[in-house]
Amino acid sequence: MNLKFLDFEQPIAELEAKIDELKFVGDDSEININEEVERLRRKSDSLTKSIFTGLTAWQVTQLARHPLRPYTLDYIGSCFTDFQELHGDRMYADDQSLIGGLARLEGQPIVVIGHQKGRDTHERVRRNYGMARPEGYRKALRLMQLGEKFKLPIVTFIDTPGAYPGVGAEERGQSEAIARNLLVMAGLKTPIISAVIGEGGSGGALAIGVADRVLMLQYSVYSVISPEGCASILWKSAEKAEVAAEAMGVTSDRLSKLGLIDEVLQEPLGGAHRNPVAMSETIKNALLQALADLQGLPLATLVERRQQRLLAYGQFKDG
Amino acid sequence: MSWFDKLMPSRIKTGQRRRSVPEGLWVQCPSCAAQLYRAELKRSLYVCPKCEHHMRIAARDRLEMFLDPDSGQEIGASVMPVDPLRFRDSKRYRDRIAQAQKSTGEDDALVVMAGTLQAIPVVAAAFEFGFMGGSMGSVVGERFVRGVNQCIEQGRSLICFSASGGARMQEALFSLLQMAKTSAALMQLGAAGLPYISVMTDPTMGGVSASLALLGDVNVAEPRALIGFAGPRVIEQTVGEKLPEGFQRSEFLLEKGALDAIIDRRNARNEIAALLAKLLDRPVSA
Repeated sequence: MNLKFLDFEQPIAELEAKIDELKFVGDDSEININEEVERLRRKSDSLTKSIFTGLTAWQVTQLARHPLRPYTLDYIGSCFTDFQELHGDRMYADDQSLIGGLARLEGQPIVVIGHQKGRDTHERVRRNYGMARPEGYRKALRLMQLGEKFKLPIVTFIDTPGAYPGVGAEERGQSEAIARNLLVMAGLKTPIISAVIGEGGSGGALAIGVADRVLMLQYSVYSVISPEGCASILWKSAEKAEVAAEAMGVTSDRLSKLGLIDEVLQEPLGGAHRNPVAMSETIKNALLQALADLQGLPLATLVERRQQRLLAYGQFKDG
Repeated sequence: MSWFDKLMPSRIKTGQRRRSVPEGLWVQCPSCAAQLYRAELKRSLYVCPKCEHHMRIAARDRLEMFLDPDSGQEIGASVMPVDPLRFRDSKRYRDRIAQAQKSTGEDDALVVMAGTLQAIPVVAAAFEFGFMGGSMGSVVGERFVRGVNQCIEQGRSLICFSASGGARMQEALFSLLQMAKTSAALMQLGAAGLPYISVMTDPTMGGVSASLALLGDVNVAEPRALIGFAGPRVIEQTVGEKLPEGFQRSEFLLEKGALDAIIDRRNARNEIAALLAKLLDRPVSA
């Protein structure tokens, strides 16, 4: 089993290697290997549990970026049925780092949108590492307005290091594209549910993240700037990313305590990639629950509540 | 410190004042290095008469020169910054706030005032770039929203002069969400049928450009202002090449279709009043 262990998971990796070895010699050996394998497995589980209870913000960031972590299309495939991808912003291009289309959730038609990262080198380049350009945000906006027109709820999956910082993106109005989404989403007359499934990177994440309910997977992160970016500006060294991650409070439990997200979805032991099926089940249930809650509200109330919530963000002293 | 400064008694030294343009009888233009007489420079609204360079100016000066004389009434002055995350890098966020307050004389990076512009009732907001790079945190967002609310309550038009490096990192996700907050307020302003003129000044970057700054019914900029989402250094690192001269400057944005117009500061009052008068279908102002 190759799980691509992260640095802080090395003790688990060593145990798992031992288990694999034992299994390999298992068949032709006389002693009862199964018992030993079982014992090591239990030990591996409890070790995983203990390592994962005390994760630092930086370790969680690494998990959120784990190369095996399920991406948007994985969850669309497992939570939804009958997905039909719709392409292009009708103006310039089809941005493959931000995808969307129509799908069904337990039969109900939904507009689903999300950042998409690539699995292998070729796909990573095609998906631009999940960093969208203006055409991506404009496609997302077009699809959201499609949802509004046909009274379909919107589900967005957030998983991006940030909006792409490139020459073309600037030329075509990266700022305007993001800003426009924020403005339109604030008034969209249909329920919006967002789930941060990996990296919630800055404006590029928020551009599809203005929602009636914001869910966050336990080991995903959400922040105003990447820990590396923050570190290089405030500490003048990208190596302080670990400290910056902690200082910014990028994790789901911290953001939940600050009241900035609505619900943390617990991940399987060791992270979503260890058991994608269980993770999908959790996400699907949370989406169904959120839909049931939000669809029970009159549209005017829904939009009014969303705006009140947006306008209440922030902490300050008055007087 | 030069030998001459050292000789001068400390009482005579000008020292640090609460100004973007340093005090003194003479000011050197940062662009063409011309020596300019302060009084004259002030009359030209801190635009260099030799090279037309638009110098960065303090928020309060900006509003004072923009609004009709003595018409300004500040909004949201009671909203003050806190440190929700107890953030600390090489310095504590609290100390940075205190230091910025001392050097700028402002409590945070946005000043908002209700007033009139050539008799048109408006709310005008201006970013104080000297206050932590004009970064947007909770106070900036809240003051902006209060300004918008006053527009809606009293039928005023909104003008915002942005000058900001983006979201304030020390308030982390609270800052990011100010983008959604200010945009939601602008959605309501639009729904109320009231105009919003966004004036981008040097620099308007990151989270501020990707929210309130580019959401004007009319988006204008001062000449040669740096405007964009990602900073030039970050882009250079990403694409691995030097950026062309003039990239992300107002003239570049105008050419790419991102701006309605570039407006010289010395004409801003007239131009913006004329825009508003048309949008509001008011007669030509006197």
